[in-house]
Amino acid sequence: MLKEKLLELREKALENVKSADDLKKLQDIRVNFLGKKGPITEVLKGMGKLTKEERPVIGQLANDVRNAIGTLIEEKRAEIEARLLERKLESEKIDVTLPGRKVQTGSHHLLASVIREVEDLFIGLGFSVAEGPEVEEDYYNFEALNLPKDHPARDMQDSFYITEDILMRTHTSPMQARTLEAHKGKGPVKIICPGKVYRRDNDDATHSHQFMQIEGLCVDKNIRLSDLKGVLTVFAKHMFGAEREIRLRPSFFPFTEPSVEMDISCFRCGGHGCSVCKGTGWIEILGAGMVHPNVLRMSGFDPSVYTGFAFGMGPERIAMLKYGIEDIRHFYTDDIRFLKQFDRA
Amino acid sequence: MLVSYKWLKDYVDLDGVTPEELADQITNAGIEVEHLSYPGEGLKGIVIGKVLTCEPHPDSDHLHVCQVDLGSETVQIVCGAPNVAAGQKVPVATNGARIAGNVKIRRSKFRGVESNGMLCALSELGVDKALAPYEDGIYVFDDDVRVGQDALPYLNLDDAILDLDILVSSAHCMNMIGVAHEVAAILNRPVHIPVPDPHETDEYAAEKVSVTVGAGEKVPYYGARLIEGIRIAPSPRWMQLRLIAAGVRPISNVVDISNYVMLEYGQPLHTFDFGTFGSDRVLVRFAGQNETMKTLDGQERKLTIEDIVITNGKEAVAVAGVMGGESSEITGSTGKVLLESAVFDPISIRKTAARLQMRTDASSRYEKGIDRNRVTQASDRAAELLTKYAYARVLKGIVEQGERTVPETVITLPWQKINRVLGADLSLDVIRGILTRLGFKVDKKGETIRVTVPARRFDVSIPEDLVEEVGRIYGYDHIPATLPEGEAIKASLTQYQELTRRTELLMESAGLTQAYTYSLTTDEHAAAYAVHPSSEKPVKVLSPMSEEHAVLRQSIVPQLIDVVSYHLNRQMPDTALYEIGKVFIPKAGSPRPEEEEHLAGAIAGSRSERNWEGEALPVDFFTVKGIVEKVFDSLSLSDRIDYLPAKRAGLHPGQTADILFDGKVIGYLGALHPAVQKEADLNETFVFEIAIEPLLRGEQAPIIYHGQPRFPSTTRDIALVVKRSVQAADLYKVIKENGEPLLQSVNLFDIYEGSHVAEDEKSMAFSLTYFDPERTLTDDEVSAIHEKILEACEKECGAELRG
Repeated sequence: MLKEKLLELREKALENVKSADDLKKLQDIRVNFLGKKGPITEVLKGMGKLTKEERPVIGQLANDVRNAIGTLIEEKRAEIEARLLERKLESEKIDVTLPGRKVQTGSHHLLASVIREVEDLFIGLGFSVAEGPEVEEDYYNFEALNLPKDHPARDMQDSFYITEDILMRTHTSPMQARTLEAHKGKGPVKIICPGKVYRRDNDDATHSHQFMQIEGLCVDKNIRLSDLKGVLTVFAKHMFGAEREIRLRPSFFPFTEPSVEMDISCFRCGGHGCSVCKGTGWIEILGAGMVHPNVLRMSGFDPSVYTGFAFGMGPERIAMLKYGIEDIRHFYTDDIRFLKQFDRA
Repeated sequence: MLVSYKWLKDYVDLDGVTPEELADQITNAGIEVEHLSYPGEGLKGIVIGKVLTCEPHPDSDHLHVCQVDLGSETVQIVCGAPNVAAGQKVPVATNGARIAGNVKIRRSKFRGVESNGMLCALSELGVDKALAPYEDGIYVFDDDVRVGQDALPYLNLDDAILDLDILVSSAHCMNMIGVAHEVAAILNRPVHIPVPDPHETDEYAAEKVSVTVGAGEKVPYYGARLIEGIRIAPSPRWMQLRLIAAGVRPISNVVDISNYVMLEYGQPLHTFDFGTFGSDRVLVRFAGQNETMKTLDGQERKLTIEDIVITNGKEAVAVAGVMGGESSEITGSTGKVLLESAVFDPISIRKTAARLQMRTDASSRYEKGIDRNRVTQASDRAAELLTKYAYARVLKGIVEQGERTVPETVITLPWQKINRVLGADLSLDVIRGILTRLGFKVDKKGETIRVTVPARRFDVSIPEDLVEEVGRIYGYDHIPATLPEGEAIKASLTQYQELTRRTELLMESAGLTQAYTYSLTTDEHAAAYAVHPSSEKPVKVLSPMSEEHAVLRQSIVPQLIDVVSYHLNRQMPDTALYEIGKVFIPKAGSPRPEEEEHLAGAIAGSRSERNWEGEALPVDFFTVKGIVEKVFDSLSLSDRIDYLPAKRAGLHPGQTADILFDGKVIGYLGALHPAVQKEADLNETFVFEIAIEPLLRGEQAPIIYHGQPRFPSTTRDIALVVKRSVQAADLYKVIKENGEPLLQSVNLFDIYEGSHVAEDEKSMAFSLTYFDPERTLTDDEVSAIHEKILEACEKECGAELRG
């Protein structure tokens, strides 16, 4: 009797579970069949009327039926939950191709990038970075650099004077004299000095009344022109590519003797001749030389003990060459559309 | 300096050296050949022809019909030149020829008359019109050319011209002989300089003219020759063509000869018409103040006491070393010439030429220096040429004052110094060889060498100059590349440089793009928006190129506003810029301003763009303030910074704050004044500027480790109702002071004004976080502090807990 009832219960539960389609119904089924007031409990309550032999058999069966129904319900619950989750996920679907929220960042100025690159290279070579005034004394700007008042080369550097003795520095070279002076005749001195300089020029595609320069100075016992050549070779390869070669051509600057100009083999054509190098295979990059003994002497260094080299380069020129920029004024217009192009520079 | 390849061959054998190779070698040895040109490039089919007959054209009042002998044939050519005549030998562009400008000459008809070519003027063969010796018409050869030959060699149109960039160090190459020495040394070939013979007569010049120099050391030497029997005529063709090649216009034999010798020797010469000189006495002296004279170009020149003049004892007849005077100019009727060959002080000449704005061939040579020991040679050479080409009788002797020659310069140095400075390993033989090639005399004494410098190398005076001479001829290509040896020294960015870079990166991550603007600005901009407005006058340059760039800026902000405006004008309303750069603050009693690096920014437009989620958010005061706060956070200085409402010229009176560091103003931020925006046609724009340099240079707080927190913090909210006039900073201050030491952070998360509070009140809600590193705080402990803060706010700010 009880046995049939249990089996019947199992069948009924099975049907109910099968047709249940949400979690609430499933919970109701659990309560209906397995609850304290449910039919299985009823069956177990009626066990007292059974024989000693029947009791364990029915007891076992009742447990089996309860477990079976429980398992059925759990399986169904997992199934419904999985379906619900799937539905939820489906409803949460987004268009992943929509653009992301913009993170606004600014860009680095190209000149700042060039200067950093040069600074970092020379720091690696043992040079420190020096800073100096932009409003300079005539003495440091000219006289201490072997350019006395009546020197004809002063024509080369038409200047913004403020008084007869004070001017906007026309180059970063005054830092040579200032740094040497500060070292009180004792080397080694190894600096580079980036900074703004000013010349009385009308602004056009190739001239700017304000531009940047990077000065380099290395003074010690036994500094040779070959060292200048070596350092500039490292510089050229670093800035313009490992295949670059350099060439030093004799030149003239009042503050160096000998003076040279450095060309690099053209990075566009590799030296065969093209429009960038005007067919020569070489591109003029910077001026350099061995520090003139008068410069050393005037700033307190003994030229019979110390020698040195110096160089000066223009970050604008380097950037213009490297990227084919056609107008120096672009650097000071600060058009964001220009600057953004060099964010990775 | 324009150097004719053909002319150079007079002095140096250039066999096997093409003009290109020569140009390269000269450049590599130190004098840049800026330009190599071929004056006859593109010309074809130009021969020498002889005009046999020349008849007027039947239908024209200016054309002529000529029968021209071309050697192989006689052709008919119609010519429009006014100077054409029978018997002339002229350059003829034959049928099929190409003349200047790549123009092809074809058989054609002129008013019905056939023409088989063209008789050419020099300008039609590419010669600069300004240099052509005869302005109107065709070029006419001397009689000694052969008909039918290629005309180009006779016109030096088969030449190559090297344009040398002469610097101070290469002034010795501002003449052909100097270039010849240089080229001979480079090629290691001998140089031949002919010795001139002045062909003097027996009559002494000194009996007819006297020379007195009254300008002391500014005129170390003055020499004059007297030359009679002159007949003015054109100079020979070869000389004219060489002058043209050098960019000098031929004029007449006498003038051309003095120019030619200057080009050859580098010694400027001047020729006076002695017939109109005005006396028999040359007096060289300083000009009087306001003395005037008329120079050759017809200009009345006002002189000063610094100018040297040549006078006839009474009035000035030439500005020494610069330009002659009109009164004694060589004319067609000149018969007697006074030939000056002198040495003047370079600096005096430079000053005079610059002041009078007369940079002449003569003055540019005197300025850069001349070979002192060539002053008489040049005079002799001119005399020789005048005898030959101007029928001259040269009187005996040079009437002179001063020293004709200067002692030789001798440089002594240990010869190994050359190797030490170059980083090379040259033998003494190689060094001696190079110096000897360049004309130096080398004597060895032990380890030192004694080098005698030729006078033409007035640029060489110290051992380093000799290092350069050896280096440039040996070739820097042959010198190894090494790295400096010696003691290693520490190299790194300074704290200031490091922090500047960090600040730049911070600005860029905050969305600002780095700008570089000009330091020189307008008078109007210079003092505007200064962090510390100065009562001193802004610093101005003496001679600006324009009013736009005349005065040193005291703030970067006006420049950045201009950049914002630039973008707005180009339909780019969203701009965020910053610059770290110098401002120049005028200092009382000093012409030099104080230089200080400032950080400035300008932001306009939206801080987030309009997108699929919604509208753009406009930039406002607090966008900018957040960026500024981050700067101080990054330096760990926020605790020492205060913001106070401020009124500043050009800024919105209700949206501007001064930034204070330890109670002192170091900057500001704010919105541009609406009136300013309107005038400049700007949208709402926010700016800031901070005198950041002292902060970046100042001592930086060390990083102190507090361990990793093991206990949780507790957060409580508190809403306070206060009068609207109470500022957030007041409450912050009270809360912080009373929350110490356990109050870790304060965050204002709501401000309410409206119907739920009184009209003159507002509610401000703060979230307070408490933390004790040693333990978990209990509710009671937190409540106690919270209570204390509330009481203080009530007492000090009139706050009430919002119900």
